Amino acid sequence: MKYMLLIYHDEPSWDAITEAERQEIYLEYRKLRDELTSRGQFITGSQLQPIATATSVRVRDSKELVTDGPFAETHEQLGGYFLVEAANLDEATAIAARIPSARTGTIEIRPLVETAAEASA
Amino acid sequence: MANISLEQVFREEYGRIIATLIRISGSFDLAEEALQEAFIAAVSKWEVEGSPDNPGAWLTTVAHRKLLDALRRDRTRTDKQAELSYEANRLQPYVEPELFEDVVQYPDDRLRLIFTCCHPSLTREAQVALTLRTLGGLTTPEIAHAFLVPEATLAQRLVRAKQKIRLAGIPYEIPSLERIADRLAAVQAVIYLVFNEGYAASAGQSLIRNDLCAEAIRLGRVLCELLPDEPENLGLLALMLLQDSRREARVNDRGELVTLEEQDRLLWNVAEIEEGVKLVQTALRMRRVGSYQLQAAIAAVHAEAKTADETDWRQIVALYEELMRITSSPIVALNQAAAVAMAEGFEKGLALIDAVGANGALQNYYLFHASRADLLRRLHRYDEAVAAYEIALSLTTNHVEQQYIRRRLAATD
Repeated sequence: MKYMLLIYHDEPSWDAITEAERQEIYLEYRKLRDELTSRGQFITGSQLQPIATATSVRVRDSKELVTDGPFAETHEQLGGYFLVEAANLDEATAIAARIPSARTGTIEIRPLVETAAEASA
Repeated sequence: MANISLEQVFREEYGRIIATLIRISGSFDLAEEALQEAFIAAVSKWEVEGSPDNPGAWLTTVAHRKLLDALRRDRTRTDKQAELSYEANRLQPYVEPELFEDVVQYPDDRLRLIFTCCHPSLTREAQVALTLRTLGGLTTPEIAHAFLVPEATLAQRLVRAKQKIRLAGIPYEIPSLERIADRLAAVQAVIYLVFNEGYAASAGQSLIRNDLCAEAIRLGRVLCELLPDEPENLGLLALMLLQDSRREARVNDRGELVTLEEQDRLLWNVAEIEEGVKLVQTALRMRRVGSYQLQAAIAAVHAEAKTADETDWRQIVALYEELMRITSSPIVALNQAAAVAMAEGFEKGLALIDAVGANGALQNYYLFHASRADLLRRLHRYDEAVAAYEIALSLTTNHVEQQYIRRRLAATD
């Protein structure tokens, strides 16, 4: 099954850490990514630019409404994602738990809707 | 075997059979349907011919055959393609058992089932409902009635839980070694919650609620049977048996709550006490102490006292100290203080209770105020006792508990 691991973290505290600490976390991310790649479980993933760069768009009555920022104010912001292949939820959870941001933020695990063609492949 | 009730067989065999059917089909719904059909077949056949020598094996075999028929039917349908591909992925390769033999040996899949039902990604409510429905074989109306929720709500809860298992890919397997301790704790919590739901102060008002206690004890037995080397499994079963042993004594003819101190100990269930005490001893000998074992040990000390005065309060205090080391909750601290009051004097107990309450965590807990009131009353500080009882009264909505405090209040005034 394919699982999207959405990485939520608290941006101010991420900004507050030192550059050295940040590099250490990036290294940890790279290691996890390499390991998942070597096992054929990594599909894609990336860090996202900060929430200040976000734009929301809604179309109502065929009119486009573009606004600054995310839809809702929350304590933690979406800061990145991993798309992985895992046998089941427990395996996906084990991967999510190894994402460095899991220690300070939250990883939301969402299964992808798979079409019949994909599932039987 | 002929006069064994069908219902009894169904209830006993349900969990074991459905667990295997789910493993084979990868689907809770298909398994449930197949078992339902097998039960219907059994009713009509057994009424005419009498029940077979091994009704469980007969039901398993027939249900298995119904399931295979359903799977074959489903495979030919194209409109369910997506779901089927999912099912196909889940199907384990297996050798079709010889259906002509009288007794087919199936492995016990109940452990997978219970871990899946109590998976942490399901809400506690869903875990409870699913465990009772599948492992326990209770019907949806029975569970709804027991938990005082509308049937439609409970049915919806079950549908959502099964859907989540399927769509989120909750595995149907025994968790890995590094996770099993946490996951087992969740299973124990679900079983104990079922027990407490039946044992809550409303006890004696309806039979169904007593059934919940019986069901929880039965599930506790299953867990001990499946994982007998886990001392907390034994501890949990012992705790439930020892609490259940007092059921007849804890509510009087007028439906009022009777405290442990005032209970007629001749009404206690001796068989349950004996079994519970033996289980605690076996568990403690494994030398991996846990909170269920300690709570059971405390209950065992009470159970072994012929009269309230003979209670070995010092030992209870020591057990609470041990319990505090494992789970230092304010409620445990409160109980410990109450035990100290009995072992070492009411003044000392009251001082401890006030210390526990100092941080305000128990301000809204009726038993905190009721315990304080009780000690104040014993210390003849009646005005303060009345005030504390009144706060306790304002904090509980449970009818039986309110009655109990009102009686105390009347006796103190």
